[in-house]
Amino acid sequence: MKVKAAIVGSGNIGTDLMYKALRSPLIEPVWMVGIDPESDGLARARDLGLKTTHEGVDGLLRQSEPGEIQIAFDATSAYAHADNAAKLNGVGAMMIDLTPAAIGPFCVPPVNLDAHVNSRAMNVNMVTCGGQATIPMVAAISRVQAVDYAEIIATVSSKSAGPGTRRNIDEFTRTTADGVARVGGAKKGKAIIILNPADPPLIMRDTVHCLTADTPDEEAITASVHEMIEAVREYVPGYTLKNGPVFDGRRVSIYLEVAGLGDYLPTYAGNLDIMTAAALRTGELFAERIGRGDFRPEQRSL
Amino acid sequence: MDLTGQKVVLHDMSLRDGMHAKAHQITLEQMVTIAKGLDDAGVPLIEVTHGDGLGGASINYGFPRHTDEEYLNAVIPQMKTAKISALLLPGIGTVDDMKMAQDCGVTTIRIATHCTEADVSQQHIQAARKRGLDTVGFLMMAHMLEPEQLLVQAKLMESYGAECVYITDSAGYLLPDGVTARVGALRQGLLPETQVGFHGHHNLGMGIANSLAAMAAGAIRIDGSAAGLGAGAGNTPLEVFVAVLDRMGADHGIDLFKLMDVAEDLVVPITDRPVRIDRDALVLGYAGVYSSFLLFAQRAGAKYGVSSRDLLVELGRRRTVGGQEDMIEDLALDMARAQKG
Repeated sequence: MKVKAAIVGSGNIGTDLMYKALRSPLIEPVWMVGIDPESDGLARARDLGLKTTHEGVDGLLRQSEPGEIQIAFDATSAYAHADNAAKLNGVGAMMIDLTPAAIGPFCVPPVNLDAHVNSRAMNVNMVTCGGQATIPMVAAISRVQAVDYAEIIATVSSKSAGPGTRRNIDEFTRTTADGVARVGGAKKGKAIIILNPADPPLIMRDTVHCLTADTPDEEAITASVHEMIEAVREYVPGYTLKNGPVFDGRRVSIYLEVAGLGDYLPTYAGNLDIMTAAALRTGELFAERIGRGDFRPEQRSL
Repeated sequence: MDLTGQKVVLHDMSLRDGMHAKAHQITLEQMVTIAKGLDDAGVPLIEVTHGDGLGGASINYGFPRHTDEEYLNAVIPQMKTAKISALLLPGIGTVDDMKMAQDCGVTTIRIATHCTEADVSQQHIQAARKRGLDTVGFLMMAHMLEPEQLLVQAKLMESYGAECVYITDSAGYLLPDGVTARVGALRQGLLPETQVGFHGHHNLGMGIANSLAAMAAGAIRIDGSAAGLGAGAGNTPLEVFVAVLDRMGADHGIDLFKLMDVAEDLVVPITDRPVRIDRDALVLGYAGVYSSFLLFAQRAGAKYGVSSRDLLVELGRRRTVGGQEDMIEDLALDMARAQKG
């Protein structure tokens, strides 16, 4: 039996996630939660047979059955997440947070998802799109040898950067840099984001530069990077190594392109896809444990 | 063109845009000496930071010899009348960097976005105004957008609190008529109390002509750089512009001969290569490419055996924007592979 899930936030991210979740063998999206009755995401959810509310999480809690929702994806905003998480954790739903709120620990599936599943975390945070695209590469290098400094540059098409990202671009740079260091395993992290308005829109590009502590072991790093690329491609098929790893002294550089599946937004918006795909992947691993009876999300307050 | 008595605030870029030409390696001593010379010559505003602004220190743009904080702390206490500004590109620097700069004594902050992306500056412009900084919006690569659309973007910056909005010709691509149309659109469409500025690059030799066109269209702040030290073929050479303004009787408040001496005796000796319109700099202006790509394209071209001109032309064709320096090595690798067949 599939584990029932709610998607909170009916914008681009929430709607794209819904399409992916509808294909999942482990998760059944049953609720779509918005705050705007006119939202396109809610209309699409209704058409696809999901239950919907435009009264936010309060509306969901009033109308859903007790214990109905075991996993909730939050695709609202950092500002709204704390309240959403408190309420949904309060009724026993585990939270997968796609906002930059980062109340729970950072989760980058091929790097540390198993650890979070094993510790039965009730709230995990998906960092940022740039973080999901680049942290696996930093980790691929840091698992070979120590990384003193890692820097990532995410270039996304203007059309794929929503108002939330634009109003709070500092949160992107800070949260991504933090994830690059903490999850990627670099001593220090830095993140840069560039918006490019070219038309037709460019596919998300990501560059990862690392400075290793000692001379890089080219063979081992190259093998590790290729292995990690395959691990990401399991849930983001359009994740591609364009060039590299390039070795230049202690610098190791990797050039990536991320094409999406085109579920809700066109394929150029790989930045949205990698978030929703990583979040669903995370949900599925938790769902597998829930299905086996290994994990019962419990009511608890934050 | 009659600029008699017209007031203009000249803003020197040699210690910020000039950092690009120096691969961000200007020493503290050089910075202080040049800034003191500019101050003594009466230059009212001097920009000091990494070439890519606060927080620009990176593998992507180059690690500077000193941190922004070290440069600002070295220069600011030495200024008699000049004020020091800092540049900040949202996506690279953060409000935290702005606070640091203000704590060092920076009084003018310039928030730069690509010309179509003004809404990413809201957080920073609002924070700057709240902190009482002289707040400037800086619309980069302004040749890529038509005047009416530039006005829409400028109005966004104005609505967030910008007291001045710049038409920034980052690629040195604009010709005087294009400057007139763009600056004119802002001057007519923005509130009367909002100032308009112009930042030129000299890649097509238009630095002086474009700056004059900007003034005639209503710009009150004009950027230039002693000896032109800046990205690409450099910025509008400030001592040349001041000489022209003298001849035209404009009100600029700068001692021309002292400024000439700063350019000749202090700036020219520290240049790594002559700041001139060489082949690649010309390509920047011709193809509409961000001026600071110049040295990166030359280095990548040499390393991977591809023509830097071909690289720059292709970067223009792909409509790359400021900050995409990481495209250059990536593209050079692609082109080298294609050459080998």
